[in-house]
Parts: sequence; C-alpha cells; structure tokens
Amino acid sequence: MRKLATLIGVILLYAACKSEDKQATLPIYGNRDTKTITKDGKKVVDTIYQTIPAFKFVNQYGDSITQNSLKGDIYVADFFFTTCPSICPIMHRNMLKVYNEFKNVSDFKIISHSIDPKHDSVPVLKKYADGLGITGNSWWLLQGKKDDTYNLSTSYLVRRPEESAKELFIHDGYFVLIDKQKHIRGSYDGTDEKDVARMIGDIKILRAETNTQIAQ
Amino acid sequence: MKFKIIAGLVLVLSVIIASCGSQEDMEFKRYYLGGEQLYKQRCQNCHGTKGEGLSNLIPPLTDSTFLKTNKKQLACIVNNGLKGALLVVHGKSFVGDMPANDMSPVDIARVLTYVTNSFGNKMGTVTSEDVARDLKDCK
Ligand code: HEC
Repeated sequence: MRKLATLIGVILLYAACKSEDKQATLPIYGNRDTKTITKDGKKVVDTIYQTIPAFKFVNQYGDSITQNSLKGDIYVADFFFTTCPSICPIMHRNMLKVYNEFKNVSDFKIISHSIDPKHDSVPVLKKYADGLGITGNSWWLLQGKKDDTYNLSTSYLVRRPEESAKELFIHDGYFVLIDKQKHIRGSYDGTDEKDVARMIGDIKILRAETNTQIAQ
Repeated sequence: MKFKIIAGLVLVLSVIIASCGSQEDMEFKRYYLGGEQLYKQRCQNCHGTKGEGLSNLIPPLTDSTFLKTNKKQLACIVNNGLKGALLVVHGKSFVGDMPANDMSPVDIARVLTYVTNSFGNKMGTVTSEDVARDLKDCK
C-alpha cells in the first residue's frame, strides 16, 4: 500500500514537471527595481525590469529607425562592422539561418548595429545587405552616432566595443533577444551554431508566450 | 645466378619505389594536417567549416575549376589578400575583401594543400617551393 502511494506520488510529480515543461517561459534579464504602486486601493509591490532605452539610427535603405519602428516586435540585436575579418562572418552566417526561419513573420526583426559608422555608411550597409542576400524589412543594418551605438550596447548587457590598433574593433559576438516590452529575454553566442539553434527555439517560445497573452 | 641478380634488383627497386611513394604520402599528410589547423585558425571564420563561403560576400572554396585554373595565383591571394570583387567563383563575384596574411611560404603551402584537397577538391601537395616560386610572380 505504501509502495503504491509512493508510486502515485512519483507519477504526480512527473506529471507536474511535464505540464511545467509545456508552458516554458524565458527569464527576464538585467537589473530590476521594485516600485510600490496602488492597485484597486491596495498597495502592491511591482517589479520594474530593465528595458532597452530609446534610440535613433538609419538603416541600409536610409530610413530613420527608432524604437517606435520596432513597436509590437520581438527582435534580436547584435553589433558588427562590415569589414570585420574575425567573428562577424561567423555571426552573420548563423544569423542568416535566423533570418530565413522568420523572414515571413510580421512581428519579428533583426537589427545589426554597425560599430564603425565612419566606414559603414548607408550605401556600404546596402551593399553588405545585398551581398548577404537579405531583402525587405526583417533585417535592418543600422548606423548612427558612434557614441549612441556604443552607449546603447551596454543596455544589451554586452561589452562596450573598443577600438584597437590597426583600426579594428574589439566587440562581443552576442545575439540579444528582446521581447515586445523591450525586456532582455536571452543572450546567445552568435559564433556558436548550437547556441543560435537554441535561440531559434527560444524565439518560438517567446512568440507563443506573447500570442497567448494577447489571446487572454 | 642470373635469375637471382634480377630478382634482387627487382626487390631493391620495388622497395625504393614503395618507400618513395610512402614518403610522398607522408609529406602530403604533414602538409595537409598542418594546413587543417591553419585553416581553422585563419580562414574558417570567413570561408566556413565546409568551405561554403558566405552568400555573395565571401566565395566558397568548392569551385575546383576555379582553383585549378588559378593554381599559380592562390599563393598570392593568400599572401596579399584581395580587394574589390575581382574574382568570379561558381559564376558569381563577391562583395567582401580578403585580408592579407602574414604567413611563411611553408604555412601558405600547408593551408593551400588543405584547401585544394578538401571540400571536394583533389589537386595534390602544394610544396613550399611551389609557393616561393608563385609568390615571385604576384601581380
Ligand atoms: C575576412 C574574411 C576572409 C578570410 C579570413 C580569408 N578569406 Fe579568402 N577570400 C575572402 C574574400 C572576400 C575573397 C574574394 C575576394 C574578391 O573576390 O575580391 C576570398 C578569396 C579567396 C580565394 C580565391 C577564391 C576562391 O573562393 O577560391 C582563396 C583560394 C582564398 N580566399 C583562400 C583563403 C585562405 C587559404 C584563407 C586563410 C589563410 C583565407 N582565404 C582567409 C575572404 C576571406
């Protein structure tokens, strides 16, 4: 009898795990703060998560892009430059897989910030985009004031780029996943095929999460 | 007696030929394996693990006809790099630039032996003498 009870217990536990599995959600990263707000006449503590601040850049078509251009979108951000001889080709070989997976999805975008705006002018970015074989508006290559880009990078929790000898740049190869509320929901090594495959899975989870939230 | 001498000669000759063959084999393997390491360190990020390149930015290393036709230029390409969509590989030209490499002739020979005998290519050993000679004729 005892044995049977244990068995049932184990099965129940297993079932509980299973159902938790199904509604997998992604964590929210970054600094957090709490704020006491008044809700229905009661004081409740609300958690304020770090968000990506406003920005203004130009894409490969010469269009001005702000945070508003990404309203209602899940997006992935990275930092690169077109003449990067080291990790960028690997990152963008991997990002192409992400692009191809989601290019027909209306609420998903990729934004790649150039950290070398002096060289990476709009026509240079366009040529690079054509070389990569990307069209339409699902992957934007952005450039703007160098300081704006470098300051923004820290909001994505990546290392601030540095200029090194020979006019090269040292920077991280992370892909950072942002939800519709501008929260950081994942950070992946863009040079690692497996980690990027994991990100593709996480994007699907995140899209499912926001779609059910809207349905509720 | 005569027969013994001939048999002996044949034996000696075949030993020489066999050891020559295996020595060439050894040389190929040494170049190839060294080249594989160098490729991973200095070329793979751009040209890819399978030599597949990257869209229209970086050419693949799978065009055997291109590699054969331009055999004598390969050392120069690796040594000096290339700027501005000059090459036509698999019928396409490429936007990216290839950086110059500060490599010794023997290392260039190693990496070229690897490239020209991987990804479906089979062109045999590129020796450091081949590279030294080809580098003199760079355009
Ligand atoms: C920064 C990226 C980059 C790196 C690193 C790089 N290449 Fe290239 N490579 C290119 C580009 C771009 C071209 C085409 C240049 C052009 O058409 O102007 C090219 C062309 C070539 C070609 C001739 C075209 C072909 O596809 O057959 C060979 C051979 C080649 N590279 C070998 C190498 C080897 C060997 C290494 C490592 C020692 C290497 N490359 C490192 C970008 C790179």
